[in-house]
Amino acid sequence: MSNWVLKAEGLSKGFTLHLQGGVRIPVLRNAGLVVAPGECVALSGPSGAGKSTLMRLLQGNYGADAGTILIRRTDGVVADLATASPREVNALRRDTIGHVSQFLRVIPRVPALEVVAAPLLARGVTREVALNRAQALLRRLNLPDRLHALPPSTFSGGEQQRVNLARGFIADFPLMLLDEPTASLDAANREVVIALIGEAKARGAALIGIFHDQEVRDRVADRTIEVAPLREAA
Amino acid sequence: MSPGDESILDEPILSARNLSLSFGDVRALDEVAIDLWPGEVLAIVGESGSGKSTLLRVLAGEARPDAGAVTYRDTTGTVLDVHNMGEPALRRLARTEWGFVRQDARDGLRMGVSAGGNVGERLMAVGARHYGDIRAEASRWLERVEISPTRIDDRPGLFSGGMRQRLQIARTLVTRPRLVFMDEPTGGLDVSVQARLLDLIRGLVSDLGIAVVLVTHDIAAARLLAHRLVVMRDGRVVEEGLTDRVLDDPRHPYTQLLVSSVLAA
Amino acid sequence: MSAAMQNEGYNFAYLDEGTKRMIRRALLKAVAVPGCQIPFGSREMPLPYGWGTGGIQVTASIVGPEDVLKVIDQGADDTTNAVSIRRFFARVAPGLRTTERTVEASIIQTRHRIPETPLREGQVMVYQVPQPEPLYKLEPRRAETKRLHALADYGLMQVKLYEDIARHGRVGSSYDHPVMVGGRYLMAPSPIPSFDNPKMHMSPALQLFGAGRERRLYAVPPYTDVRSLDFEDHPFVPLRANGTCALCGARDTYLDEMVTDDRGGRLFVCSDTDHCGTKQAEAAA
Repeated sequence: MSNWVLKAEGLSKGFTLHLQGGVRIPVLRNAGLVVAPGECVALSGPSGAGKSTLMRLLQGNYGADAGTILIRRTDGVVADLATASPREVNALRRDTIGHVSQFLRVIPRVPALEVVAAPLLARGVTREVALNRAQALLRRLNLPDRLHALPPSTFSGGEQQRVNLARGFIADFPLMLLDEPTASLDAANREVVIALIGEAKARGAALIGIFHDQEVRDRVADRTIEVAPLREAA
Repeated sequence: MSPGDESILDEPILSARNLSLSFGDVRALDEVAIDLWPGEVLAIVGESGSGKSTLLRVLAGEARPDAGAVTYRDTTGTVLDVHNMGEPALRRLARTEWGFVRQDARDGLRMGVSAGGNVGERLMAVGARHYGDIRAEASRWLERVEISPTRIDDRPGLFSGGMRQRLQIARTLVTRPRLVFMDEPTGGLDVSVQARLLDLIRGLVSDLGIAVVLVTHDIAAARLLAHRLVVMRDGRVVEEGLTDRVLDDPRHPYTQLLVSSVLAA
Repeated sequence: MSAAMQNEGYNFAYLDEGTKRMIRRALLKAVAVPGCQIPFGSREMPLPYGWGTGGIQVTASIVGPEDVLKVIDQGADDTTNAVSIRRFFARVAPGLRTTERTVEASIIQTRHRIPETPLREGQVMVYQVPQPEPLYKLEPRRAETKRLHALADYGLMQVKLYEDIARHGRVGSSYDHPVMVGGRYLMAPSPIPSFDNPKMHMSPALQLFGAGRERRLYAVPPYTDVRSLDFEDHPFVPLRANGTCALCGARDTYLDEMVTDDRGGRLFVCSDTDHCGTKQAEAAA
């Protein structure tokens, strides 16, 4: 496959716990995946196998011990996330890599609408356009209007999840990482998320997700990549 | 340099190389190097005595290193040697393109001068001579830092700790500096007051596109505000990188200790 | 003043020649850098600080037997301070003439006023200065104010004016209103009323300032630009009581208010006694 958005190869990741006598915990060895535009790839494997670690590597949140994570930016230039400088990673996160995590990191006092609009504002989109888009997306995810102006810290898990989803999907990233995007959602909102993923694929985005919900996975994923625990793989 | 976008090709606004400084037998700074780019927030974290406050003072030209150099690229693109540009030039920078937010607002404010006078001082220092304009701008900035403009003629002594710190921020940012040094801006404040202040700083810094060097021992503050993180211990940089990566995937034993000692950072 | 009243055993004008030379050197420096405060070794004088020890030392260092000295305090020649200083010089400077007439004087030592009669070339004004540092109330650290002067960093002074307007609704103090000298140094004009500030601007006379307790001298050479600090929208206005002199009828002079009885009766008279007397004499003639 030459027309990829993300191509990761030879990824290794382990942790050295200095506070526990320097014990070394290997998690990934020689992992890799390639994702094409318009494709949704599901990561599967038993809990603890390293799916989340892989997702964090692909997001730049963890640093790889070895390997490359090549990402094709919107302008066609290829960047290696594994060796990119912090500033390059921030630029990639602004323009290329979208991320929906399981939990929302709440910023005190910032209203939900602003939280959702932030990725567009960071790209220099005008406030009016960004806030309108944020409102439309929150409405589509059935978050009542009266909550839009409130900081999400007091929201329920499901409400926070929808704020997170809106924030991830607002900016049309070419690469999207979805970590259990439907975990705390009801059936109706699950359908909205499935539709959003479908639309992202249609516009040519590459998506990588961890979906515990079998039905969602079957409906959105084009392929499944097995992440095996290291001791079994070894 | 790995491939990156064009903005990465631009030059740092502030660079420090090989900074060393000893106080007697204590090495407060040991071969420290730092780069800061326009619009970037860099947090320096570490325990007290790690050298982080000394580093801030050396970066801002307030203390002279035994060895090493700090350079600043000004608005015209000229690279200036912070410790050899001479006091007049340094002071001019300090009241135009730079700002400094002190931990104790009393060190950064004029306690005998009204809130409006405090905010207006930097405007007047750069030549503003229209009272009405100065007052209007001071009033706008008070509002921006969530102080009622009706308090414009009150002295900071009548303000709470959080208000004083917000006033200090207004006073510092009123001339739109490009680079602001912040030394524990939330230190000594109640937790609830801290959150509000942090959020205010976050909003202003991103709206104005200011580059910030933030010294803090508050990991949560660093996570909220900083693009990049530098961890200092015993005068050395032991780890640095993307803020969330340093905090979520710390490599150095000291960073792991620092992160593990914080609840829900 | 008869020679018999002059004190024997004192040097001419009281100060020894070494001290006078030291003060003259400082004065030369002060004239060379208009408005800049020059430190000098202030001597103990036979009167307390606050009574014009700085002004007296300056006068003593420049006065000669051919000079004509006028001393005023609040514009008047006949107040205690003026009389005792005049008497002092008459006793320690043989040959020196004293006068109450501004036009006759070659040296005018003053506390709190500049005469109404325009000064001319060749005249020397000597100001008694309690606090030479215009930034004193804003920045108590002397080393820091010195640095602010060196860097011409005067935003702080403007803050003070801002505070005055915010608090009192108008720019500035009614006396000792700060001035910029030669576009470079911020200077305290001594506690003269702001009404007198414009008289310093481009004055043909040499103006010397002495602060005895603070051990500083400074100067404004003849024909030097002296501007009172202000704001564009709150321009400096020389203040005077809105009244007419009850003695000479002047409407353009600086007035003192006098309470005439205990029923609220009051009247205004010129603070400059010489000027007022001259006007009255002219009117009578």
